[in-house]
Amino acid sequence: MNKRKKAAEKEISYAKWGYIFIAPFFIAFLVFQLIPLVQTVYYSFFEYYRSGLTVIGPNPVGFDNYKALFESDFLKYTGNTIILWIAGFIPQIIISLLLAAWFTDVRLRIKGKQFFKVVIYMPNLIMASAFAMLFFALFSDNGPVNAALISAGILKTPFRFLSSVSGTRGLVALMNFLMWFGNTTILLMAAVMGINPALFEAAELDGCSPRQTFFRITLPMIRPILVYVLITSMIGGLQMFDVPQILTNGKGSPDRTATTLIMFLNNHLYSKNYGMAGAISVILFIICAILCLLVYFNLNPTESDRKTGKKGRAARKEAVNG
Amino acid sequence: MNKKFKAFLSIVLAGVMIFGVTACGGGNGGGEEATTEEGKVLNIWCWNDEFQTRFNDYYPEVAEAAEDGSTTTLKDGTVVNWVIEPNENNNYQNKLDEALLNQENAEADSKIDMFLVEADYARKYTNSDATMKVADLNGVLDATADQYDYTKEVVSDADGNVKGVSWQACPGLIAYRRSIAKAVLGSDDPETVQAALADWDKFAETAQKMSDAGYKMLSGYDDTFRPFYNNDAAPFVEDGKTLNIDKNIMDWVAMTKDYTDKGFNNKTSLWQPDWAADQGKDAKVFCIPACTWEIDFTLTGNADPDGTKDPEKSAWGDYAVCVGPVSWCWGGTWITAATGTDNAALISDIMIKMTTDADILNKIATEKGDFVNSKSVIADLAANYEGNDFLGGQNHYALLSDSAAGLSLKIASAYDQGVIEKMQNSMKDYFDGNVDLEGAKANFETAIKEIYPEIETVNWPE
Repeated sequence: MNKRKKAAEKEISYAKWGYIFIAPFFIAFLVFQLIPLVQTVYYSFFEYYRSGLTVIGPNPVGFDNYKALFESDFLKYTGNTIILWIAGFIPQIIISLLLAAWFTDVRLRIKGKQFFKVVIYMPNLIMASAFAMLFFALFSDNGPVNAALISAGILKTPFRFLSSVSGTRGLVALMNFLMWFGNTTILLMAAVMGINPALFEAAELDGCSPRQTFFRITLPMIRPILVYVLITSMIGGLQMFDVPQILTNGKGSPDRTATTLIMFLNNHLYSKNYGMAGAISVILFIICAILCLLVYFNLNPTESDRKTGKKGRAARKEAVNG
Repeated sequence: MNKKFKAFLSIVLAGVMIFGVTACGGGNGGGEEATTEEGKVLNIWCWNDEFQTRFNDYYPEVAEAAEDGSTTTLKDGTVVNWVIEPNENNNYQNKLDEALLNQENAEADSKIDMFLVEADYARKYTNSDATMKVADLNGVLDATADQYDYTKEVVSDADGNVKGVSWQACPGLIAYRRSIAKAVLGSDDPETVQAALADWDKFAETAQKMSDAGYKMLSGYDDTFRPFYNNDAAPFVEDGKTLNIDKNIMDWVAMTKDYTDKGFNNKTSLWQPDWAADQGKDAKVFCIPACTWEIDFTLTGNADPDGTKDPEKSAWGDYAVCVGPVSWCWGGTWITAATGTDNAALISDIMIKMTTDADILNKIATEKGDFVNSKSVIADLAANYEGNDFLGGQNHYALLSDSAAGLSLKIASAYDQGVIEKMQNSMKDYFDGNVDLEGAKANFETAIKEIYPEIETVNWPE
């Protein structure tokens, strides 16, 4: 009896400890995330900036900041961001899928897998800003890349990468690709290795070609991880900042075509324009949320889909049995 | 008991976690150095090491400079703390504003005591309470009687109180390569070259000659900006709301576009590595509109990167200067005392020694080629100086002493740094052929409203 009482007490105290354990996170979240978040939304309805040494505002202006935002080049920067992200993401996902398939293929038996994994992950370890500085120096008008291209006879005069739209965008995409394809490859490899090997064996016995195995077995089985990769990459892409910022020296040039949304945000924040910066942040948050929900519901089968899937299987079973 | 210990441990760990998180956020809580004695720390804010090297080399009270350049110790034990923030994209101004807004709450030894400003935004600080009147600093105002008037005018507030001092006046000039002048114009004599660059029409003719002979007239787009801008009719911003672009600026745009299309320049931008390389020995660039402070601070380093001082190995001695098409100046650097400083006596001594002491100014001029801010020292140098080695023995003081008297920075406004940088940036796209002129203008307006939200309209000349 006494023992049982004690046990009950213990259970209660466990719950208490649970709350105490998660408290630090919630306190930190409240102070460093929730309050600034609410403040950001709040100040987006105010005129609030610094002119020289005087602080203007905060004066409530309703939706004026949002109006000014859509009258400015906001859509252009949204387009820039999407172009830069897609140009980096498409090669990234293709190469990563290919590498993941090769590295996990039992029949290929690639030697030194571990070594390659380390090497392809390497670019991700470099700080993005250092990487951008490196590219800035490499691809400058009289830099080593131009020198090499000219001495190889490919070019006659230096190609001014950072003064051309496609050159700058191409470099940003290339850097994002180089930095992230290793990470994606390792995620996808983990996904492929999580597939029951019996499926591959069965496919082999049934005479599946490698291509069929890839498209009919590997790809559908790793779909949840693909969704995860797509969503995280999309959020990362929308928040693209350091690479184009450093590469273009904060200018987003030429013709502001390398200005991403976060660089736009930074431009306002840099001159302490909290009202406009808040408005951009809020819109960015909404875009991000919509995109994530869209992708999630399109790629992840819903409850009803799963049920029909089950029904289908049951029907097939019946047919086989019958 | 074991359980209790575990509970205790978990609380401690949780506490550590919270501490860790909060400690990261509140890292910049200001210096907590021992504040035993008053005024033993002098905090100087600047954006490059120009004044720092002058100070370390020439201020008589300097005992020792730290190897990493972060501090200088004076003979009486006072530590000079250098805070150097890069200038570009209003970075220095923004950081300085932040610090000045906190000035009242800062501890005595972490307050800004002295900060440097340049003409492009000097008015922002001299028209505010952040800077002290020079008249309130013991003896400084009397000592500055011999300085050039424009160097006082640009740092005076609306009531005419001078609020900063400078050790340099900055008449503009055109620095050119003697070897290229000989090859194309037949002579490297400053008078011959001046005749070939006497006005913008002659300048263009010479540029054509240079181009025909396989040389570039200029390195980049921005080189000729200052001569045009300095001769604007009115400041960019006068009422704090409207930005008026002068016709001179559009003349610069038209000329630079023309030169770019004709291949007279190397398409570089100011301060970029390619621009710096164009001042070296192997470069095929004839001239660069520069300013007296650039001779030591920029040109010497770029023309002679290894510091050899050897004409065989570098462009040392291959430069000379002439006045060029127009008379102009490019700012300068002013020392201001920050309101709230606890080192007023030391600051006035620094100001007097560094900007008015004839011996020190004479040394700076003869050793560094700076055009120092003293009419009598310059008059003496114009008559008696044997010549600057880097300029192949030319006495540039004799050449520039006349034009220095007529300099003016009346057109300086608090917004100039941002306006100039954004103008050069936006027009680069036009020169590069990425946008048309209208597009470049639109991009400029967008960029201006981003950094100066208070600017409502931008007026372009007809």
